[in-house]
Amino acid sequence: MSDQQSLAEVSNLLIYGSMLVLFIATFGFAAAFSARRTRTVDLRATDSAEIPELANAGAERTAVGGDTGARGSKVPAAFAGVGDTHAEPDSDRLPPGRRAGNIAIALSWLGFVLLFAGVATRGVWAERAPWGNMYEFSISSALAVLGVYLVVSIFRDVRWLGLFVIPAVLLTLGLAVTVLYTEAAQLVPALQSYWLVIHVSAAIICGGAFTVAGALAALYLISDRADRPGKGAISRGVVSFGQRLPDAQTLDRLSYKLIAFAFPLWTFAVVAGAIWAESAWGRYWGWDPKETWAFITWVIFAGYLHARTTAGWKGRKAAILAIVGLAAYVFNYFGVNLLFPGLHSYSGV
Amino acid sequence: MNAPVSSPTEFRTHADPMDTQAPAPTGLSLLGWGRWAWRRLITMRTALILLLLLALAAIPGSLFPQRTSDPLAVNAYFEANPSLAPVLDALAMFDVYGSAWFSAIYLLLFISLVGCVLPRTRLHWRALRAGPPEPPKNLSRIEHVQIEAAEPDAALGAVANRLKKGRWRVKSGDGWVSAEKGVSRETGNEIFHLGLLVVLIAIAWGALAGWNGNVVIREGNGFSNTVSQYDTFTAGRFADLEAAPAFSLDLDDFAVDFDRSETQRGTPLNFDATVTTTVPGETPVTQQLGVNEPVEVDGTKVFLIGHGYAPRVVVKDSEGQVRFDDSVVFLPRDPEFTSTGVVKVPDITPQLGLRGLFLPTAAVFEETGPISTFPAPDDPGLFVSAFTGDLGLDAGEPQSIFTLDSENMQQIGLESMRVGDTWELPDNAGSVEFAGYDRWISVKVAHDPGGLWALIAIGVALLGLTASLFIRRRRIWVVADEESVIVAGAARGENQDMEPEVSALAEHLAQSHRPTSKGGIQ
Ligand code: HEM
Repeated sequence: MSDQQSLAEVSNLLIYGSMLVLFIATFGFAAAFSARRTRTVDLRATDSAEIPELANAGAERTAVGGDTGARGSKVPAAFAGVGDTHAEPDSDRLPPGRRAGNIAIALSWLGFVLLFAGVATRGVWAERAPWGNMYEFSISSALAVLGVYLVVSIFRDVRWLGLFVIPAVLLTLGLAVTVLYTEAAQLVPALQSYWLVIHVSAAIICGGAFTVAGALAALYLISDRADRPGKGAISRGVVSFGQRLPDAQTLDRLSYKLIAFAFPLWTFAVVAGAIWAESAWGRYWGWDPKETWAFITWVIFAGYLHARTTAGWKGRKAAILAIVGLAAYVFNYFGVNLLFPGLHSYSGV
Repeated sequence: MNAPVSSPTEFRTHADPMDTQAPAPTGLSLLGWGRWAWRRLITMRTALILLLLLALAAIPGSLFPQRTSDPLAVNAYFEANPSLAPVLDALAMFDVYGSAWFSAIYLLLFISLVGCVLPRTRLHWRALRAGPPEPPKNLSRIEHVQIEAAEPDAALGAVANRLKKGRWRVKSGDGWVSAEKGVSRETGNEIFHLGLLVVLIAIAWGALAGWNGNVVIREGNGFSNTVSQYDTFTAGRFADLEAAPAFSLDLDDFAVDFDRSETQRGTPLNFDATVTTTVPGETPVTQQLGVNEPVEVDGTKVFLIGHGYAPRVVVKDSEGQVRFDDSVVFLPRDPEFTSTGVVKVPDITPQLGLRGLFLPTAAVFEETGPISTFPAPDDPGLFVSAFTGDLGLDAGEPQSIFTLDSENMQQIGLESMRVGDTWELPDNAGSVEFAGYDRWISVKVAHDPGGLWALIAIGVALLGLTASLFIRRRRIWVVADEESVIVAGAARGENQDMEPEVSALAEHLAQSHRPTSKGGIQ
């Protein structure tokens, strides 16, 4: 047992260590963000989402520049201005605060490794997949959010995003180690299934993607708002904050990409859950609160995907749906586990 | 142009009715209004609103207990909120997912889906057969590169070959080549939507043609798969019970491990039921039945869904003649398996009824009276009160085996027993022996002919969805005049950046058909 006990302590130490590292990284991200140059804003208050897609794509290209060879994109005059105002000449090439951002990303990787090791050790201690109670779900979810962010950071320069994602990770971990902490225990028979691994890992990865996408959608709303100061009164603070963000379209696209990745995976997770429910309880769908909210989450994100292709819904309304979808996901996780009775109640708190 | 698209660069396979918002008809023409309503129903906007409504409508079912999953909680809710509950009930709040309003939303959504997707599929099919559309009039509005080429016609031919090799769908005409790739994006989208429809139909079919029953089996006993043997049984309207497989199932042995650690004391860790299934004419099969481990017989599945204790009671009359000797199913009332039940002994005069409390680990407390403190049978106790008189079994009305109608009976005594104890009843009414206990399991036997189809359909739908989200649909046009060639491209979906493909093609052309390198066609 003492061997076991020390495993538990190692797991806890690793998790505290990763929290410390991520805490420091937050300052790096803050420095990187505040050093960002502000964008110039088109005061004619064009709704970026309403620009015809193809024309806009062309316009953006010219504006960003860096063409080589015999290309001759001709941008219709009507759109040229828009492209220009959305341009961020060189701002992503040599942004100030770059060093702080790089350090913060490196620290985030370190935090990820520590957290991964912490979750894994927990699993070794419990002698099963570390997904038996809310404490374990929380540390795994934090790992997933961090992981999704870092994967995105491989493909995109998202140092500006760290300031919003890392605190969410820290908050989740903080809740986990303070409120939700429980000793490892064996799983009840319904959870003893390889479907646990399939279903829960898919769901947790989706949670990571939904969270980062939701953060991007919220930032989109701010960035989009800041680009149109003409519309209604908003504080200077919001404007100057929003103008430090990348332009609304970039945020929107990135958010979409994550949701487009997560939606099929979520569909799969729900189906895997149904298959599992059938073998454990003899019915694949019973409108248990957990199942109900998984369905609600699914429908909202399907709504989001539709909204993006529906006139009058793309842009702000779609972004709000992405945030509402994330809220449904989070509610399913905290709210349903803690508030509602049901077959899925195994929160362990 | 024969391709049914509004513009080659817009990739519409049909005109979205919402784009040209039809004005509501004036006048009273029913047909006009009908057509108008239909056209509104099948728009993306309506689908979106119905989707959001569906999400909203699903919420109350998670807030209020549902009859389908927890009828006892519904009763409790009625008792706790006597004035509110009937109002909620009238709104079907305890039956949300079977309610008229919930059904209305999803049926409308699916009608809208059919109305939207079927025409789209037809148009998409036609567009597929027509091939890529001719170049748009004004290529300068889209991503394009203009290069000089010495022999434009030869260049076009080479380009068409190259695109074909790159698995583009190619069509050429006088002075132009059109190519398209990624049409499976649209196909995938249609497969996804139609797949959802099939899922719904399969689920509905499963409910209509399926059946399921619950039955309690004590160790050493069994049941055979006929309707009369089930404790509860439901069948869909089109269920073919004749075709249900004939088999019997016996519970040989059942064991449960409960957690004895401090953190989650009393939680079951493992259920282990050994059952023997016998299909007539075949050798019996003995296997394990567990949670997550259903037993399957001929497309019918047996699930382990509950368990409990059945104390074994021997009743003798005053002469010492055995009048009852069996174990009796008691129902657990709490997680520690404090269980209650009734023993009815009609074959003795006067008739005898026992109300009992079985406690796997017995303890008596001031406030609670006798209760169990641990679910495992560490120290089993049986608390019984005995009634004599008329059990009322002859009245012909079916009685629950779990309740004792003591109206025509009188209580003659109360006793606390341990295994092996015998209680001599007062008034010379005989004796009751607590001879031990069996365990029982409750199983659900279900036949769902829709489940597999729903699973297949959702698998296919998921593939379609993935195609629709990740495949880029794009078009390239190459148009030649006397001395130059324009390469242009457009894409739909999220990544509309055609620059790499267009310039790669242009570069290739420029290299192989440069005016200086006459005849330099590869
Ligand atoms: C009932 C009427 C419906 C209509 C008219 C409709 C229409 C459409 C259309 C036109 C698209 C293509 C968007 C695009 O290619 O970007 C689409 C995409 C999609 N639809 Fe539907 N749909 C309906 C119902 C549903 C339902 C019930 C669901 C299920 C939740 C659903 C889920 C989706 C998803 C996830 C996409 C995204 C695919 C993508 O972005 O390409 N749709 N829908």
